[in-house]
Amino acid sequence: MSILINKNSRIITQGITGNTGQFHTRAGVAYANGKQCYVAGVNPKKAGEKFDDIPIFGTVAEARKQTGANVSVIYVPPPFAAGAIDEAVEAGIELVICITEGIPVRDMINTKYKMIGKKTLLVGPNCPGVITPDEVKIGIMPGHIHKKGRIGVVSRSGTLTYEAVGQLMELGLGQSSCVGTGGDPVNGLKHIDVLKMFNDDPETDAVIMVGEIGGSDEETAAYWVKANMKKPVVGFIAGVTAPEGKRMGHAGAIISGGKGTAQEKLGIMEECGIKVTRNPAEMGKLLKSALK
Amino acid sequence: MKVHEYQAKELLRKFGVPTPRGVPCFSVDEAVKAAQTLGGKVWVVKAQIHAGGRGKGGGVKVAKSLDEVKAFSSQILGMQLITHQTGPEGQKVRRLLIEEGADIKKELYLGMVVDRVTQRVALMASSEGGMDIEEVAAHTPEKIHKVFIDPGTGLKDAEADDVAAKIGVPAASIPQARAIFKALYQAFLETDSSLAEINPLILAGDGKVIALDAKINFDDNALFRHPDLVELRDLDEEDPAEIEASKFGLSYISLDGNIGCLVNGAGLAMATMDVIKLYGGEPANFLDVGGGADAKKVTEAFKIMLKNPGLKAILVNIFGGIMKCDTIAEGVITASKAVQLKVPLVVRMKGTNEELGRKMLADSGLPIISAANMAEAAQKIVAAAKGAN
Repeated sequence: MSILINKNSRIITQGITGNTGQFHTRAGVAYANGKQCYVAGVNPKKAGEKFDDIPIFGTVAEARKQTGANVSVIYVPPPFAAGAIDEAVEAGIELVICITEGIPVRDMINTKYKMIGKKTLLVGPNCPGVITPDEVKIGIMPGHIHKKGRIGVVSRSGTLTYEAVGQLMELGLGQSSCVGTGGDPVNGLKHIDVLKMFNDDPETDAVIMVGEIGGSDEETAAYWVKANMKKPVVGFIAGVTAPEGKRMGHAGAIISGGKGTAQEKLGIMEECGIKVTRNPAEMGKLLKSALK
Repeated sequence: MKVHEYQAKELLRKFGVPTPRGVPCFSVDEAVKAAQTLGGKVWVVKAQIHAGGRGKGGGVKVAKSLDEVKAFSSQILGMQLITHQTGPEGQKVRRLLIEEGADIKKELYLGMVVDRVTQRVALMASSEGGMDIEEVAAHTPEKIHKVFIDPGTGLKDAEADDVAAKIGVPAASIPQARAIFKALYQAFLETDSSLAEINPLILAGDGKVIALDAKINFDDNALFRHPDLVELRDLDEEDPAEIEASKFGLSYISLDGNIGCLVNGAGLAMATMDVIKLYGGEPANFLDVGGGADAKKVTEAFKIMLKNPGLKAILVNIFGGIMKCDTIAEGVITASKAVQLKVPLVVRMKGTNEELGRKMLADSGLPIISAANMAEAAQKIVAAAKGAN
């Protein structure tokens, strides 16, 4: 099983002709079942051409029609990335993973509005992507640090997710799927959505949830966990030392009006039965201690 | 990006929001002339800095004569204005806004932000204007009224009128309030704002509704389509280290501690600050070096951190992943030599070619301390910073 993506995913790269899109599509093709999974690229000016062995189409709709693709990954530059999401949604793609960092918030508000009532799921933007180890990798995470296993990982950040995975691996714990939800304030799947999927996934035994300051995604997820989650969840929140009003790199990582502090999030998570650590070096150990 | 009050008001006027007449000034002479030109008997001398809380800090004065305009202007211009948002060192006042006085009958609050939960623009309004809205939210949240604006329809008349009535706008003035709410929403959208506040929005004695103060922050990610707004940027209001860092694609925030951190990724950078604190140290900065930690970026990052005279040690924490550790090691060695690094340096690298990278550091002849994981890195950097005291 796993969540969101597996070896049967059929993937379109939007932005396949840019450096980033090419680099990460090649890495995705080279990983596990990638060669079968990456089936199309999109660029209106290069329709009919190929990137390596991957055919390039003029539109997402055409690529979907010709290849039966159900997932799209976006490496399009920020001014055009929200439009790329819209196009994938219109084409009926089931899952859109947007890696692009720096999309204007107003564009994302409009895109999310257009997605109301549509079946498409969105991961990101400004995220590392999703990996189901030893099956398929979609995004910019290093594939080799992962291995197949039964731990779910969900996080708003990139390298901090890799850190969590690295700690799990040192303890011999593989992952079912790892999902980076992204560092932007207006985005697709939140922690709660991903936790629901892990809860329903028979191949996930426990989940590590990595959060950061800003917003209330972690609190919302924690209350849901308390009422519904059948599996252990452990957590860490980055930014205990972050001062108010300073944006910590991610557009979404800012404490404003005394809200969204790491302490507050950790407190609510604990109240909701989530084991937390304040030490980012101990995320793996904490997860191991929560396994039965 | 932030702008000054007078710049925010100029923008809002273009969208039809009424404000008092006013003139930005850079000297006392200009201030007195501005007051003469404006005419009237009462003027307000307002310090223009990006931080809020200016009134409480002594940066806003009501003058009842030209002599007072002169006295207050010379007092405020050049002062280190300390507010709850500036930090204890305060912010130097380099610009003034001279405005005509207003006949305030009632002070209201109006604000707009992007609401993450509904993923829409939220209008917030309150009868409790002129005060810190966070205080109102904490003590009397029922006095804040919100509308989550439908992006398809925009702010509806009925929604605007309802909120206006709830915050105590009298019936006769509701059409004016409605127009202001709508104008603010339009301004918010068209300028790609991340926050817009009118506090206070006043009811004047003659029933007019006027924006007495204004604050707008813009979405940095959208500045590429607003070259006119970029010109409003005032570099004097920003941390020189942060400006310098941004030139090299580094995301840098100054903090109060003495341990410099250089990390790849915002989340890991915050976690690194946290782990330093947990082991008894104090981070001097947040620094996300981004995707490629090459020699040039690391060198520039070291230079920026070393400008802080209180810096006692530097921790480099890179989760290589796709980037190879030998490349990172090379960058760190080159940078250390380039800046003739004197403070202790702890390096923690993880990823491809980890062993090779560590060997390169060990063989470099530089006193670089290696750490295998975050806990060890934190212990070593805290010890190093204390040893250097």
